[in-house]
Amino acid sequence: MTSSAPSVDTWLYPVGSGIYCEPGDFYVDPGRMVDRAVITHGHSDHARAGHGAVLATAETIAIMKVRYGEDCAGSFQPLALGEAISINGVRVRLAPAGHILGSAQVVIEWAGRRAVISGDYKRASDPTCAPFELVSCDVFVTEATFALPVFRHEKASHEAEKLLASLAAEPDRTHLVGAYNLGKCQRMIRVVRDAGYDKPIYLHGAVMALTDLYQKLGIDLGALHAVSETDAKTMRGGIVMCPPSALGDRWSRRFGDPVTAFASGWMRVRGRARQLGVELPLVVSDHVDWPELIQTVIETEAEEIWVTHGREDALVHYLGSIGRKARALALVGYGEEAE
Amino acid sequence: MRAFARLLDCLVYTQSRNRKVALLGHYFRTAPDPDRGWALAALTDGVPIRIPLRRMLSDLVTRFIDPVLYRLSRDYVGDTAETVSLLWPDDRVIVSTADASEAQPASDEKPRQLALEFTPPPTAPRRGEGRNGLFPSPLREVNRDGPNIGDNSGEPPELSLGAVVAAMADGTTAERTERLGHILDQLDATGRWALLKLIGGAPRVGVSARLARTALAESYARDVSEVEEIWHALTPPYLDLFQWLDGTAERPDPGSKPVFRPVMLAHPIEEEDWPRLSAEDFAAEWKWDGIRVQIAARGGEVRMFSRQGDDISGAFPEIRSAFHGHDCVVDGELLVMRDGVIAPFNDLQQRLNRKTVTPKMMQMYPPHVRLYDLLFDGHEDLRGLSFEERRRRLEEWHANHHPRLTDVSPLVPFKTFGELGELWSSARAEGIEGLMLKRRLSPYQAGRVKGEWFKWKRAALTLDCVLMYAQRGSGKRSSYYSDYTFGVWKTDDNGETQLVPVGKAYSGFTDEELLILDKWIRGHTTEAFGPVRAVEPEIVFEVAFDSVQPSTRHKSGVAMRFPRIHRIRWDKPAAEADTLESVLGLVGGSASNAEAASSNSA
Repeated sequence: MTSSAPSVDTWLYPVGSGIYCEPGDFYVDPGRMVDRAVITHGHSDHARAGHGAVLATAETIAIMKVRYGEDCAGSFQPLALGEAISINGVRVRLAPAGHILGSAQVVIEWAGRRAVISGDYKRASDPTCAPFELVSCDVFVTEATFALPVFRHEKASHEAEKLLASLAAEPDRTHLVGAYNLGKCQRMIRVVRDAGYDKPIYLHGAVMALTDLYQKLGIDLGALHAVSETDAKTMRGGIVMCPPSALGDRWSRRFGDPVTAFASGWMRVRGRARQLGVELPLVVSDHVDWPELIQTVIETEAEEIWVTHGREDALVHYLGSIGRKARALALVGYGEEAE
Repeated sequence: MRAFARLLDCLVYTQSRNRKVALLGHYFRTAPDPDRGWALAALTDGVPIRIPLRRMLSDLVTRFIDPVLYRLSRDYVGDTAETVSLLWPDDRVIVSTADASEAQPASDEKPRQLALEFTPPPTAPRRGEGRNGLFPSPLREVNRDGPNIGDNSGEPPELSLGAVVAAMADGTTAERTERLGHILDQLDATGRWALLKLIGGAPRVGVSARLARTALAESYARDVSEVEEIWHALTPPYLDLFQWLDGTAERPDPGSKPVFRPVMLAHPIEEEDWPRLSAEDFAAEWKWDGIRVQIAARGGEVRMFSRQGDDISGAFPEIRSAFHGHDCVVDGELLVMRDGVIAPFNDLQQRLNRKTVTPKMMQMYPPHVRLYDLLFDGHEDLRGLSFEERRRRLEEWHANHHPRLTDVSPLVPFKTFGELGELWSSARAEGIEGLMLKRRLSPYQAGRVKGEWFKWKRAALTLDCVLMYAQRGSGKRSSYYSDYTFGVWKTDDNGETQLVPVGKAYSGFTDEELLILDKWIRGHTTEAFGPVRAVEPEIVFEVAFDSVQPSTRHKSGVAMRFPRIHRIRWDKPAAEADTLESVLGLVGGSASNAEAASSNSA
């Protein structure tokens, strides 16, 4: 990279609720309707309806269509992971982020500089999406959802075994697993399958459409049935997947005395789990934990770290203390979708 | 350590009392000595280790983590023990608590009992050397499923609770800090958390001292009173107690120690009880509005116990000194009293639930014990005697010894229940909760014995209050908004009215009403904060309560005592609910005030 090139923040900068690339005239994950948007992944705080043109992976486009309808953007242009295009002379490539199916980092190169907008990402293994690709860059834009050193996520396979052990110990109680309905839910089903569980798994209505889509896109999740079409007795002692909000909802009463489980990185902290009345906390996250976050930031060799959302205070402080240039972007509306 | 860590970890997430009892019972029956005794101590009176734990932890943690990150983490987590357990590096873990299934009582498998004593590995490199922060060196290489560090036997060495307690028992603070660091190094996050709960006091895992003793007794098919009677003569790790429960030794003899004797309790009197009772069989006394206590004095030691058998003497040195040198067990009501006048319950509350007390508090809230009964006079057990006989002995004993800060609760003379009823309905003096009826021939027995003692609480006051906030319940009610905060109207200087909260209740309605309320709340939420919802001010509850007292807990400046939902006034518009003035008129609790206040809004 040439040192005479204009610094990245002269052509790439936060505008209200998203990041704008001036020479390319496009936004990344904008929070309001824009003419041209590059979308990192399908979670609602990153992908919104109503843009003129959307560039994203085919999977992310499919997810957006399921969530918001076929015509939720003026036009869609799929770009495969690893492929690059040029937008007004700005080179844009999508690199896998390892967050959920279709999730991508946006690699933007212009005037001899490279910035990576990572969206949400993780480094731990996830059989439902492509693994994170490390891209060295000048500016690395990162989330900070779990940017406190207390956050170290467990291996998902370990937490799946914990769930199966609880099922074995409490064979008469239905296990209600609260998991975010895009990504976490399907990953939990997959890792439970990998741990050897082959009985049908029951789904809350709110997780069905996206789970169907995952299966259509080639993620094998085994036998799945709708809770609404199944007798409560049949589900006794089985696994029911639902959105976290349903755990304390009237909907959950049909299961009698269920074991309530919640798959989330927040479950690392007992107080959080107790506050929610969770009996079986499963520390599974689709975000990087603290060690992975710090490792990733260092491995990108970025001169500058921009922090989008989460615990930016802790991360910016820490990176500063080890001699890295870091700043919080203070974007509006990020991190609203539950982990 | 592994079994103990799993026990605490399961307890913390378990809501059902029966499941907690099963978990505890399983642990007590399977864990080795002295570990189970130390565990029992941690859950009851605390492990007797005196160390400046917070300072030691801060010293250890800031060796490898930036103090700002430590502070941010602690603020987020909200609990020092848990923060440290989560922050501590995992790279030298050799005792894993993985596989939660083994802690289930349903499992036949006994927890592994590896009694290897703790020995600090002296040659291993210290954690954090040359590092400025928590860098993961290669990604996720920490073994969470089992031990692998320098141990070829395949079995992890187990850290016993006894070894931990021994390591913390003596030495300088600096030495103990180093030892604590070495122990933390060997444990995984759950183990570290449990360790700090073991030595930190007050583990707050949803188990009261009484529940722990109950679970212990029940798991050995004993009555909890059998354990409680000797409890305060025992010391951790309770080897003699476990030997007796295991059937290998006699029941420990409390000997010359003052111990708790299970308390005799009363049933609330019901309408259908009256025809079955004869006035001449009963003595009556006032039911004072304090807390029931038992004072045991023997051999120069004095203990004051709550009704549940918790030792609360620490916070009441005046009572200890008043009974010093006596040899007795008495039953009475603890009150705060100034110049012979009983202070509101709220004053007593200032002195409860603390381990120590300041001279200022002693001066502001002077305690007093109003005596009801005499259980032991010297070594003579009076509990088999009739109430009448014990009462005579109590008066005699008190006249002879007269410990300071005590008096005898007077009997209330009456000929007929009708006469007593009149006394009862006119009794609203401060400090009186109602009347007690005690069968003259009743011996002193543990618990609520049918037909012997009755409590006749004075009629409740009622006010119409407006539902303001609803919170989800716990356990079986966790999907229902079943805890209600309600308020009354307050008019400010500009003539604007607003609701101010006066109390919270979660009982008094039927399951059907709960369903309706729950549905209504979900449809009329104006704001949600975590498990709490603010609702539109529309539902009026007729709230019954025993009295109103000044309080700093609510914005209204008052709090109701024992509030419960009496009726849901679907018919009443919220604007016609009671006002703060009506409530303030009830402070101190006189019947005429109550009538005047409620007639305003009726």
